[in-house]
Amino acid sequence: MSATPAPSPPQGQEIERVTAPFGRRLCDVAANRASGGYRVFSLLDGEGPEPAAGQFYMLSAASRWDSDGERPYLPRAFSFAACEALGGARRLDFLVEAVGPGTERLAALAKGEQVWVTGPLGRPFAPPGALVDGAAGAILVGGGIGVAPLAVWAEALRRAGVPTRVLLGFRDRNHSGGLALFSCSEVRLASEDGHAGHRGYVTDLLGVLLEGDDIGTAPVYACGPPAMLEAVRAMCAERGVVCELAMESPMACGYGACFGCAVPLAAGGYMRLCVDGPVVRGDQIQTALVAGTGHR
Amino acid sequence: MSPAVGAVSIAGIELEHPVLNGSGTFDAIAARRAFGEALLDDFPFAAFVSKTITLEPRAGNPPPRLYETPAGMINSIGLPNKGLAGFLEHDLPQLAELGVPLIVSVMATSAEEFSRLVAAVAEREEVAALELNVSCPNVHSGLIVGERPEETRALLEALRPLSAKPLIVKLTPNVAAPAEIAVAAEEGGADAVSLVNTLKALAIDAATGEPWLGAGRGGLSGAAIRAVALAQVSDVAAAVSIPVIGMGGIASGRHAAAFIAAGATAIAVGTESFRDPRAGARIRDELAELSVAAAP
Repeated sequence: MSATPAPSPPQGQEIERVTAPFGRRLCDVAANRASGGYRVFSLLDGEGPEPAAGQFYMLSAASRWDSDGERPYLPRAFSFAACEALGGARRLDFLVEAVGPGTERLAALAKGEQVWVTGPLGRPFAPPGALVDGAAGAILVGGGIGVAPLAVWAEALRRAGVPTRVLLGFRDRNHSGGLALFSCSEVRLASEDGHAGHRGYVTDLLGVLLEGDDIGTAPVYACGPPAMLEAVRAMCAERGVVCELAMESPMACGYGACFGCAVPLAAGGYMRLCVDGPVVRGDQIQTALVAGTGHR
Repeated sequence: MSPAVGAVSIAGIELEHPVLNGSGTFDAIAARRAFGEALLDDFPFAAFVSKTITLEPRAGNPPPRLYETPAGMINSIGLPNKGLAGFLEHDLPQLAELGVPLIVSVMATSAEEFSRLVAAVAEREEVAALELNVSCPNVHSGLIVGERPEETRALLEALRPLSAKPLIVKLTPNVAAPAEIAVAAEEGGADAVSLVNTLKALAIDAATGEPWLGAGRGGLSGAAIRAVALAQVSDVAAAVSIPVIGMGGIASGRHAAAFIAAGATAIAVGTESFRDPRAGARIRDELAELSVAAAP
């Protein structure tokens, strides 16, 4: 194949971020419904600004959190899966899989309960034109529960008239609850069990796409499990394609205070994912395989 | 006796209220990126204590750096910082915009290095006081300075002549009798002591039998250590005549009042700021309400 490497993107660009109200605020739980094996809960945020795609919130339930001296103790970081204006407030949706005491509590939220919310936080996705000069489109690659921020980004790109190809991968039907977040029909699917679309990984689909002669004109945006992100990062690096990865890391505070969410930089040292991410450029980091996500 | 609230003085530094931040638990520069100028409108702390700086830049420890425990967390961050020159050039001017007295935390592995740090930091007019992080080994003796009265006294005697600015010694809780270290610090010329630092702690990955954190051991903080910290503050305050800054799991005005009743002149908030970015301001307000309620 003869791929033309993408033109050199602007370096060190600080993407405009939406700042959060200082502190945490109580938001009412408006709904909590099943989506495959996941839950989607909705919060009514009467105070926060409209977030940018890729930003995240720190969430903790107002009750049965840190009660009786048990975990969960710290808030949990969540990208928002949807945001809709609702009168003077906005409805924020979050996609959650119960994998530990914090996510179990959030997955069990009932309408009428309250949640402490800080956000929106962090660096959002950069527009394609900010990553690639004369960008002609965008490629979105999502896996599992990590498809949530991409659903928001896909919608923003659609409204901006950016031609967007969406590739999503799921382990099995039970872990495909994020698919319902995508309204557009232009989604190509992969599943490890073959229940939908290509049997295999979503990165197989990306590999085929990156063989096309238009690569380099569209940056890749990815969010999903660390192994998927690392595969995307490596594939893009090999082909000179600019990519942004929405990552996660163990995080106590979400606003740069605890220095816990260290991600190794390609140039040496670490970044704090909460303030320098969660959306990072693939060529900024050494690896997307972040240690410590197993203790939730 | 009603607890002392409102304005306090620590070694000649006038504070509008008794609530500070623990070193390394609040990055005002990063918080301003996340929350914008709203951070300055109601800055939570009466003085700002910087993250510990060292002579040379440090990248910090490899991840994972955090482990949530029941009612607390273990951290092993490894003092990432820009080094003395980077701090003075980049951070200090921004911290000076906070509008509260600045206390700069420094750490070194020898009295010579400590001297260079203290001299360079103390001569900056933006700096109100220095906090000495002595929870580190002396390269000459191999001993943790803050675990030995004679090491602590000797360090203070070496540093005391370098500056008229207040020197605060941050005490480690990982000793049998912190009061002995506090007395040695006072004898060496310290103007105040602050305690507690984190309690030595370990998390093991049951699946592998290996330490969970990248650097092995870490320090426990949060509600889990409050009762231990309170006892140590009480012991130290009874043994010294210099002011004591108490901290360890403080999450409410009542907790703060207990530390003040135990002999602390001021208190600091650490881990609770991770859970609630405005915790310092909330605790300040709760403390003021308690004092109004307690007034005759």
